[in-house]
Amino acid sequence: MTPDLNHYLLLGAVLFVSGALCMANKRNAIGVLMGVELVLNGASINFIAFARFNPIFAIEGQIFALFVIVLAAAEAAIALAIVLNFYNNHMTVDVDTAEELKG
Amino acid sequence: MGEAPHGGAEVINKNSGEMKIDQVFLFWIIAAMTGLSSIMVVVTQNIVRAATWLLFALGGTSGIFFLLGADFVGATQLLVYVGGTLVLVVFGVMLTAQGPFISMKTGAAEWGVAMIVGILLYGVLAISFFTGNPLTVVQPNQITETGPNTSLSSVTLGESLLGIEQASPPGNWTGAKLPANESSGSEEIKKVRKQVSYLLPFEIVSVHLLVVLIGAAYLARAKRRRGAIA
Amino acid sequence: MPTVTEFFAGLFGNRTIAYMVTGIIVGTILVAFVALSAIFFIWLERKVAGRIQDRLGPTRVGGKFGWLQTVADGLKLLAKEDTIPGNADHFLFRAGPYIAFCGSFLAFMALPFGNGWVAQNMNIAVFYMLAVMSTEIFGIILAGYGSGSKWSLFGGMREAAQMVSYEVPMAICVLIPVIVAGTMNLNEIGNKQTGGFWNWYAFHDPFTFCAFWTYFTCATASCKRAPFDLAEAESELVAGFHTEYSGLRWSFFFMAEYASMFAVSGIAILLFLGGWNVGIFPKDLSETFLGSIFGNVINVLVFIVKGWLLVFVMMWVRWTLPRLRIDQVMMTCLKYLLPMSCALLVLVSLWQIVMPPAVILYLKYFMAVISFLAVVLVGLRMFLTKEPPPMAGMPGVWNMPWVKRPTVARKS
Repeated sequence: MTPDLNHYLLLGAVLFVSGALCMANKRNAIGVLMGVELVLNGASINFIAFARFNPIFAIEGQIFALFVIVLAAAEAAIALAIVLNFYNNHMTVDVDTAEELKG
Repeated sequence: MGEAPHGGAEVINKNSGEMKIDQVFLFWIIAAMTGLSSIMVVVTQNIVRAATWLLFALGGTSGIFFLLGADFVGATQLLVYVGGTLVLVVFGVMLTAQGPFISMKTGAAEWGVAMIVGILLYGVLAISFFTGNPLTVVQPNQITETGPNTSLSSVTLGESLLGIEQASPPGNWTGAKLPANESSGSEEIKKVRKQVSYLLPFEIVSVHLLVVLIGAAYLARAKRRRGAIA
Repeated sequence: MPTVTEFFAGLFGNRTIAYMVTGIIVGTILVAFVALSAIFFIWLERKVAGRIQDRLGPTRVGGKFGWLQTVADGLKLLAKEDTIPGNADHFLFRAGPYIAFCGSFLAFMALPFGNGWVAQNMNIAVFYMLAVMSTEIFGIILAGYGSGSKWSLFGGMREAAQMVSYEVPMAICVLIPVIVAGTMNLNEIGNKQTGGFWNWYAFHDPFTFCAFWTYFTCATASCKRAPFDLAEAESELVAGFHTEYSGLRWSFFFMAEYASMFAVSGIAILLFLGGWNVGIFPKDLSETFLGSIFGNVINVLVFIVKGWLLVFVMMWVRWTLPRLRIDQVMMTCLKYLLPMSCALLVLVSLWQIVMPPAVILYLKYFMAVISFLAVVLVGLRMFLTKEPPPMAGMPGVWNMPWVKRPTVARKS
């Protein structure tokens, strides 16, 4: 069967759900960052799929996906800088130990 | 139904009844690889292997973009995401992967809860795709096919990022067809969106990237390392 | 002349099956070309290295010139024991070479060898090639980490940092002829450079000329070739990220390196040196009386010879210049090449606007003629010199009748 819009949306949903699970499950801070990347990629697939199957949004979908890629790169840079600072101060990247502000 | 791509490019019209074997074949292979890789990112315990599976997932996403006709975005995904962001993530992994931090295990109870939540979330998303008011979408066998050398998406993207408003098509947000003449149709359909350009967001993102660059360089500067907490 | 896909569609009747058959055939041709080029380059490298170092290179296997030396090396590599270090991460260790080779080989899909003879004629060909060659970095990181040894990790990280950094000035230098041409389609850029060799974009203005040399430097660095090959140098880190690889896995890295050398040379030729055009004929050869197929075959041969010439220049530079330290490598990129390429981009854009058309035209002719005369004069001086060769009695280029060779007793 020729891939329809729904097939691409379901694929985007698979990436989104695995990214969300990755964010929730991983103890390594960089693992959480990988989950964020997966979520953003799932959303980009949805945008481009709508751009292809609905010609009204042909430009908007691709512009959105471009901006998502660029801004995700920026956010990954800052997140890694924060993680490196955390590692330098606590000698660990385990997010379960980041509880200094608790209570 | 399927509108010609903007610019009136030379198109190759396909018979509407013929099944596109290459699209089917390529879609299922690339989608299987991407989906499997993204699930393996969650499942694997070793952080460096998770980065490798993430590489395959991002590469597969780029393949999906190429398959959907957005070749500029696909190439940008490879250049920026795989060649830039992922390398950055792996550098971060290498700098902090000292022995005990390479494989951090999560408990079995957490896996159970995660699986239930994942299946529920996926069910919600899947159901929302199949119900509700369907948009006026183009069926796949009615899309006039363009090859990568006749698709003008990169030209159109460049024009709209430069501020040329005529690059984006007129239309209305509900996706319904424009009325044939002005007097027919309801008030809703007659509200036609103005053609927009994306020069301002482009400039804002450029300044944003400059701020992020300075901020990351400041945050990650070399500092004296304090002693470890036991 | 119909494209290959249309030919098969007429044969089979179904267009999508024709597309898949064409894909398989074109892929096989490209893989065969890359492999044969790698075989030739390995032999060429050893000969060039020998001659520059005042010795002969391989002369025993396969006749006087050692033609079959690479085949012998290949057989040896195939028969070697496949060892994996105990500390290695098995999955990553095995995956590294294949990812690196895929990254280098995918670039050939958008590289036109002749007028219209390209595997996939893309509107964004140059951008696609740069994007795909940046996935090679990950293969190197995985190889460096997966080897389980500290020195491989160091080498791999240094290589990755170097390749990522040099992508930026390389992309800016690629942008310069794209701005001049107005398109990223490599086929059209090649078509815009037909006619005399003064139409080539290297001679279009003095800033494009500088951009060619800057691009070539960045390309050499991004292929990890000397003088930027600290991370895989023998005296520094044994062999960098491919220390623990032996046999067929190592030969995959080697093929990936030579493939990416040819790919970046191909981009340089298409963007700056006229592509498949010879530079003497007023029209593209495939449109003359020679016909579409035979004319394009000549175009393909011209393109391949130009590519081999640029790879030869890379090898020549490798065995001539000393190696840079890793901090010097990064400093060259960030402090010299990056500002230079940004300045060249601005100046090329201004050149078209500010200079009057007559100046542009005559300066183009002037630069082309001066470059041609320089090459001819250097060649003449090399061949017509009457000084004796450095090491007396060696056969080869210096064996000209008008060169006085001193009589030295040779040990046989």
